[in-house]
Amino acid sequence: MAMIEVRWHGRGGQGAKTASQFLGEAALNTGKYIQAFPEYGPERAGAPMRSYTRISDKTITVHSSVTNPDIVVVIDPTLVGSIDVTEGLGDKGVILVNTDKIPQEMRKELNFTKGKVATVDATKISLETLGMPMPNMPMLGALLKVNNLVSIEELSERVRAKFSKKIGEEKTNANIEGIKRAYKEVNIG
Amino acid sequence: MTKKNLVPFTGDQAVAYAMKQIDPDVVAAYPITPQTEIVINFSSYVANGQVSTEMIPVESEHSAMSACVGASAAGTRAMTATSANGLALMWEVVYIAASTRLPIVMPVVNRALSGPINIHCDHSDTMGARDSGWLQIYAENAQEAYENTILAVRIAEHKDILLPVMTCQDGFITSHAVEGIELFDDKKVKEFIGEYKPQDPLLDIDNPVTYGPLDLQDYYFEHKLQQSGAMKNALKAMPEVFREFEKQFGRKIDFVESYKLEDAEIALVALSSTAGTAKVVVDELREKGVKAGLLRPRIFRPFPRENIIKALGKVKAVAVLDRSESFSAEGGPLYTEIKAALYDSDIKPLAINYIYGLGGRDIFPADINKVFEDLQNIVKERKVKTPLNYLGSRE
Repeated sequence: MAMIEVRWHGRGGQGAKTASQFLGEAALNTGKYIQAFPEYGPERAGAPMRSYTRISDKTITVHSSVTNPDIVVVIDPTLVGSIDVTEGLGDKGVILVNTDKIPQEMRKELNFTKGKVATVDATKISLETLGMPMPNMPMLGALLKVNNLVSIEELSERVRAKFSKKIGEEKTNANIEGIKRAYKEVNIG
Repeated sequence: MTKKNLVPFTGDQAVAYAMKQIDPDVVAAYPITPQTEIVINFSSYVANGQVSTEMIPVESEHSAMSACVGASAAGTRAMTATSANGLALMWEVVYIAASTRLPIVMPVVNRALSGPINIHCDHSDTMGARDSGWLQIYAENAQEAYENTILAVRIAEHKDILLPVMTCQDGFITSHAVEGIELFDDKKVKEFIGEYKPQDPLLDIDNPVTYGPLDLQDYYFEHKLQQSGAMKNALKAMPEVFREFEKQFGRKIDFVESYKLEDAEIALVALSSTAGTAKVVVDELREKGVKAGLLRPRIFRPFPRENIIKALGKVKAVAVLDRSESFSAEGGPLYTEIKAALYDSDIKPLAINYIYGLGGRDIFPADINKVFEDLQNIVKERKVKTPLNYLGSRE
């Protein structure tokens, strides 16, 4: 596998950093080389922020931020239109958006003519599984359908390792259920 | 593909873990972005009883370094960690630590010095301290930040050196990015650093000594010469420690890293994480048949002059990248020192300076590619038109 670069868009407090790290850590466990890092600006809840994941078969030495991502994940749909979320996406680029809209509709809104557009209502899934609007984990599940970077099992294992102690067994299971549901419910167009 | 036994750590976590394995007698530290996670993580190790360290949560960095000086003079293994303004605040005591010949190890997470206030990476903090008498080691990535912290203990405490060491990593870029790290076995680390045997400790009351006395025209000069001698000794003593490190952990360390320099005609010199980004560009240029190479000083203090001259032995033109502005109007600190080293050598490649990345301004492969293009033109024209340049700035 050549290096895959993922750019995450979210707002401070929505867990874009956590999602980027979980993906990286799950890939690391499968023997890949990884980097996961947020772009630190003014650190405040609600402010638009970016985070990145790099996954590769070879050692990663580049240390600049990602300018031409293979995949963009938009955790907060209100960012669409306010910042250029498709910036740097190439012909084969994929953008995954947390929204109740279908891919064709989102494609128009994004004014994105290339690659693929995928949508999933991750906020609804997190409300129904976790009882909280935390779409970052479902977005991870949807992402794995878009690109099989790691398996659902490998990701779930990582989520369990990171979450079990911190938030308890019940909420951890709810998060994993959200991941699995989003994997099934994502629409790719 | 086999699993590689790497753990996901940020640079800060890696350094805190190294400190846990070192288990210093005393740590006195004050949190400051982007070093904070070192103190947070190490404090947890203390709170969980995973280390036997006496942790002193001081009220300022001036006190942090003062407590380390006291603890080290008393005969303990002492550590702290800081960044930017924190380093600036401990300034006078930083000099005292070095001149008192106290082997304190201090991870520094490089951050721009105020003002204007900025929390992101550049090297203005530690470059300002380059004449403080501390050794300085710069890490390309989190793995090296971890290794350098362990290595520094042995170097600082070496009987021919006895000087404090700063181990530097790039703020946020390295300190807050998760990478896969190979951690060493606790026992092997303990074995490598050994039990601390302080020289002339203050608390050895059967053999009373004086620390920090007034030292005027009669002997101050000689004491400074001893300090200078210790820095020169470090150049001689460190290779043996590098060899032992490699024997113990299987990882090679040298004063400098030469990357594809053997037959290089044009070369770039850079410290820390930027060197990693530059490797990608060197690889791409090599594929196109351009003889490009990279030199990364891992040790900056003492200045590894001979290694640098040898590594750049065949290049026609060299670009030195500085992540700090010295305001000398003559170029950044790395550039002026590299150029001075080359003056005495048989080779006199054309040299050009680029100051970049101040206050965390990102540096991309495209920027570095432009530097190599400039170098190719310099070789063609056999002339450096503008020696001092700013890379990635609006002007």
